[in-house]
Amino acid sequence: MTIFAVVVSRLSKAILTLLAIAILNFFLIHAAPGDPAVVLAGEAGAADEQMIEQLRERFGLDQPLYVQLGKYVAGIVQLDLGYSFRQGAPVAELIADRLPATLLLTLTAFVVSLVLGIAFGVAAAARVGKPSDTVLTTMALLFYATPLYWLALMAVLVFSVWFGWLPGFGYETVGANYTGLERVLDIGSHLILPALTLGLFFTAVYMRMARASMLEVSQLDFVKTAKAKGLSDAVIRRRHILRNAILPVVTLAGLQAGQLVGGAVLTETVFAWPGIGRLMFESLAARDYNTILGVFLVSAAMVILFNIVTDIVYRIVDPRIGARS
Amino acid sequence: MKYLKVTTFLIAAALASPVAAQEAGGRLDIVVQPEPPGLMLGLVQNGPTQLVAGDIYESLLRYDSELTPMPSLAKSWEISDDGLTYTFKLNEGVKWHDGEDFTADDVVFSADVFLRETHARLRASLAYVKSITAPDPMTVVFKLKEPFGPFINAFENGTMPIVPKHIYEGTDFANNPANATPIGTGPFKFKEWVKGSHIHLVKNEDYYVDGLPYLDEVFYRVIPDAAARAVAFETGEVDVLPGGSVENWDIPRLAEMDGVCVTEKGWEFLAPLAWMWLNNREGPTANEKFRQAVMYAMDREFMRDVVWNGFGKVATGPIASSTNFYSDDVTIYDHNPDKAKELLAEMGYDGEPVRILPLPYGETWQRWAEAVRQNLSEVGINAEIDSSDVAGWNEKTSQWDYDMAFTYLYQYGDPALGVSRNYTADRIKKGSPWNNVEGYENLALDEKWAAAATMVTPEEREAAYAEIQKEIVDDVPVAWMQELTFPTIYRCNVNDLVTTAIGINDGPRNAWIKK
Repeated sequence: MTIFAVVVSRLSKAILTLLAIAILNFFLIHAAPGDPAVVLAGEAGAADEQMIEQLRERFGLDQPLYVQLGKYVAGIVQLDLGYSFRQGAPVAELIADRLPATLLLTLTAFVVSLVLGIAFGVAAAARVGKPSDTVLTTMALLFYATPLYWLALMAVLVFSVWFGWLPGFGYETVGANYTGLERVLDIGSHLILPALTLGLFFTAVYMRMARASMLEVSQLDFVKTAKAKGLSDAVIRRRHILRNAILPVVTLAGLQAGQLVGGAVLTETVFAWPGIGRLMFESLAARDYNTILGVFLVSAAMVILFNIVTDIVYRIVDPRIGARS
Repeated sequence: MKYLKVTTFLIAAALASPVAAQEAGGRLDIVVQPEPPGLMLGLVQNGPTQLVAGDIYESLLRYDSELTPMPSLAKSWEISDDGLTYTFKLNEGVKWHDGEDFTADDVVFSADVFLRETHARLRASLAYVKSITAPDPMTVVFKLKEPFGPFINAFENGTMPIVPKHIYEGTDFANNPANATPIGTGPFKFKEWVKGSHIHLVKNEDYYVDGLPYLDEVFYRVIPDAAARAVAFETGEVDVLPGGSVENWDIPRLAEMDGVCVTEKGWEFLAPLAWMWLNNREGPTANEKFRQAVMYAMDREFMRDVVWNGFGKVATGPIASSTNFYSDDVTIYDHNPDKAKELLAEMGYDGEPVRILPLPYGETWQRWAEAVRQNLSEVGINAEIDSSDVAGWNEKTSQWDYDMAFTYLYQYGDPALGVSRNYTADRIKKGSPWNNVEGYENLALDEKWAAAATMVTPEEREAAYAEIQKEIVDDVPVAWMQELTFPTIYRCNVNDLVTTAIGINDGPRNAWIKK
């Protein structure tokens, strides 16, 4: 199968998966206790039954659940994610406002953690048993075990409060009105702490995976053959071991991309990063059904997309996979 | 006729404040938490919206810390002797932010049409109103069906924000596209809202009060995590932390920083009073003796000092001390575990467990519930904590599925506006957590609440409310905990930030920065 055929086949399956996820999410969110009309009315500090009834009617919450589901599904089939009860705006618009910030954060964290994870993993495997290997694996264990929330707060405390090197909040300097390169640099400096915090856990995971995989592959027969041929260690490591050892890391990275979106909820909260993770958190608290469902759907789409990309990367890294199928 | 002339206030204000050379210019960064769902104050009246939109919109009056009315859109006003006619003279030369003239028609439209449809709390006061008319473009007359003393407190910005008739008349208010770019008469204009990041307001150069506002711009910054907000203040990223922005235990640390000021003022109008609803319908809490035992079991001073870091005041009853007609001539429930045990023995309490539902507004509330449980267990009450998120809390309280539930309500300056709604039997309605959730029924007292609301003179009302307070405190329909104060933390070079009874909600109007 060509890469194009793979993409078409995966995308068509993805659409069905997304539809199933949307319906499942709909029931999940309606099963949770709480009523958006009451939450919304309550935010005014005072509410009467008339107001709650008005809100229910306006949002269609007074209709039977199957009618609400029907409307919702009919909407998403036409790419209409509905209207936010709480924010009084189309959900698609709210998500479109926030998605770039989340993509920037998660993709940066993803790339950084993958590159650093593989690099450190390869380095550790090459020095297995030596002090530098011990230091790297211990660090990995430490970052693997540290809660993201705590790490984020410490990062702000050390680099923002104590040293004052990096901004600790937000996406860019508020009110500075930078343009062009200045703006890119400004956003970049705001990105460093959240992206590193979010990426460190995954760096640790990828590093340990890469190290174990490198060690395993290096014991295989074809490596011995390569050595017998008289190839240098560096060439063997790069061309023969790494190429094979990287496959499990790619698999893992594809699977964990979903977790990256989950981690972004916490990271975005601590760093006041205006992404969809926070939109989801706030909407959940307010039971803003349409917004939550919209964010869930977009997150699901992102995970599916990551998996498709992983499949494609597989074929590039290991042409045998394409040939076999 | 009783005349309240604007000149009186101007003279009083001039005498009260030493002449300071206010400096114009500068920018103020204020935390807003959580991000407001919208900025159209006529449609949304939650705390964050009032904070931001309080600079954009105005009402007819403002109130000083004694709740005495001050001019705002109205320059003077008079109340007829029979308490039935309220006549307001409006300021001249007031313009909406889009350049249109502001007139009495806007006031009539706002109160009689727009807010009647959208504003649940004002609707309760408007039920007393017979007609709202504009005899000329600068005069508005409210005629009441019967005297309603607290009506003079209904002209606060969050209660009766004046909205532009030329934009809203004949439209679907909730879905009007103009809601995204609010147009008011206030000292600041809406400039930009970057969702999830900040809201930017700029000075209204055409503001009708000469010289005001002093600030060039105000940024409301959205920072969702409490610890992160504290750090944002420490690093100088923001200048003002409105009440409730940070957890209480962070306040002493921030207050000790150089050039940082803290004030508890600015909550006199809202006067938030916290209590626990005790389910009067079933379980041990249905027994009056049990409810009294709960009051004696709790060391509320300790809770105030430790859980709230000393901020606030132990409540004596249903009315907060800054609200009009407060009386402390009531039974005082001091910390008396022996008395609590006696009462429990008298009622024959058998150890049936009770659930405490904390208010899901952060760590302080969780700790408060833990302190209560500790005190209750000391007198032998078997209590457990039943936590939930905001939506879950709403569900449990509005469906009466709780034994003891923390809450707090604003009082809006008058018992008839913000107190009686929690205690009268006609306010027992399942499905809403903003009424008589505890299920307290005392029909004789209901009549007294109703009568006190419509008495003409303050003296009569004072006597009536004193009697009500004495009686209800013995019944313990709910466990009154504390008058909350949420300190505002700000840089000391920001002057005149909190000058009225709604504090920072209209603070930037007069605020200036000393350079």
